[in-house]
Amino acid sequence: MGHSCGYHCIKIEKLGVTLDRQQILRNVNIHIHCGQLTTIIGPNGAGKSTLIKALIGEIPHEGEIKFRDIRDDKPIKLKIGYVPQQLPFDKNTPSTVYDLFASYISKRPICFFKDKAVYEKAKEQLAVFEADSLIDRTLGDLSGGELQRVMLSIATYPMPNLLVLDEPISGMDRNGMMLFYEQIDRLKKEYDLSILLVSHDLEFAYEYSDKIILLDGTIVGEGTPKEVFESRRFKSMFGNIRYERGEV
Amino acid sequence: MFEYQFMQNALIAILLITPIFGILGTMIVNNKMAFFSDALGHSAFTGIALGVILGVQNTLLSMIVFGVIFALLLNWIRTKSVVSMDTIISVFSSFGMAIGLAILSLGGNFAKYNSLLIGDILSITRQEIIGLLLAFLIVLIFWYVCFNQLHAMSINRSLAKTKGIYVELIDQLFVILMAVVVMLSIQWVGLLIINALLILPAASARNIAYNMRTYHLYSIIISMLSGSIGLVLSYYLGIATGPMIVIVASLIFFLTLLLSKKKRR
Repeated sequence: MGHSCGYHCIKIEKLGVTLDRQQILRNVNIHIHCGQLTTIIGPNGAGKSTLIKALIGEIPHEGEIKFRDIRDDKPIKLKIGYVPQQLPFDKNTPSTVYDLFASYISKRPICFFKDKAVYEKAKEQLAVFEADSLIDRTLGDLSGGELQRVMLSIATYPMPNLLVLDEPISGMDRNGMMLFYEQIDRLKKEYDLSILLVSHDLEFAYEYSDKIILLDGTIVGEGTPKEVFESRRFKSMFGNIRYERGEV
Repeated sequence: MFEYQFMQNALIAILLITPIFGILGTMIVNNKMAFFSDALGHSAFTGIALGVILGVQNTLLSMIVFGVIFALLLNWIRTKSVVSMDTIISVFSSFGMAIGLAILSLGGNFAKYNSLLIGDILSITRQEIIGLLLAFLIVLIFWYVCFNQLHAMSINRSLAKTKGIYVELIDQLFVILMAVVVMLSIQWVGLLIINALLILPAASARNIAYNMRTYHLYSIIISMLSGSIGLVLSYYLGIATGPMIVIVASLIFFLTLLLSKKKRR
């Protein structure tokens, strides 16, 4: 565990997605350094979720995703952590937070055993996101924010190189959002990973992102939040919005 | 009543089939595959019919082979198709049954396949019980090795994929296992009843369980209880065993539904 080393970089090169003969994304090039929060914004239908799906291998794509150590330029296998937008399970699914966590980190079948060591390990990891008290709750009983923290704990154990978050903030109140962004912020500062976030909330995106990518079928703008928010393209999409850092 | 050999055999068979169904049912319900397993049952007719046409001595073999192919095909189509899933499955289910019925009714001697509809557990032999025992062991081994992956997938497939789970492979293995179990037990349990037995215990257990361990425990217990109570009642009341088991299982379901309100507070 350490701070971001700054030596790892992820390059997404010429990524394109065509589904049912319809081109949804073309020529997407993104360069992500570790320790950065890169936020993707864009209008509805811009291909934000498609980009995420392509990155996690859910749908086929053209182009390449390269992960290298810039000191020796050696390719490394990229480990991606993923927090889904929503979990469409039935409310009465008898799965606890422990059950879900253990499914990923333990080989012993959770339907027959409750493994003490795995339980402690999961609890320890959940504590990173202040979710350890939820370990015995069933998933259906959790609020949106609680589930979010659980999913973050699962996605970051073992720690990935790239954490991909797909619009995780829907259905959360302002306090929940704040907590979420604070945790993301801490995560990127304390661990060696990059974070790619699809966001709908421009205000939070402005406040917390290191880099913003404006997507509309391809990249139509990128830079610091200030640069992007002041660009003509941004204003034509979202209007004239002014935020100051520290406002949130 | 258990002084009769056929009742002993029936009881042993039920004590083997019901836990299998209790276990498999948990993930069929979790993955919302109730219609899927139903369609599988219906395709058994075509499996037998093909066996008859091809002159296969042991129609169980043709049923299992056809069932596995049918399940894999259905599973493939449901991931590819844009038509809603329950529609696709209904089409498959009806088609699978109709073809079988059409072929078997050729020459007008369908009557000898009647037992396939409601099953005939009282006619099971010791040899056939060994087949069930094998199926039971296979299900246990599969659950032991693959359950965690299966569970993770039932909550979110994309997430499971990013965690390195071979989602497609596990999925195929699961439907193959379902097909084999359904085909092995359908002549004892009956087509009209088999799906109720797969779904009801797990659905009941869900109402009162609060984690994966109690979910399995309750599902197995409810399944075995329904089976043995149903068998005993059917003996005294002179009713076919399969339907009696389903009646008991349904009553238990309604009972758990009442209890579930307490669980949710």
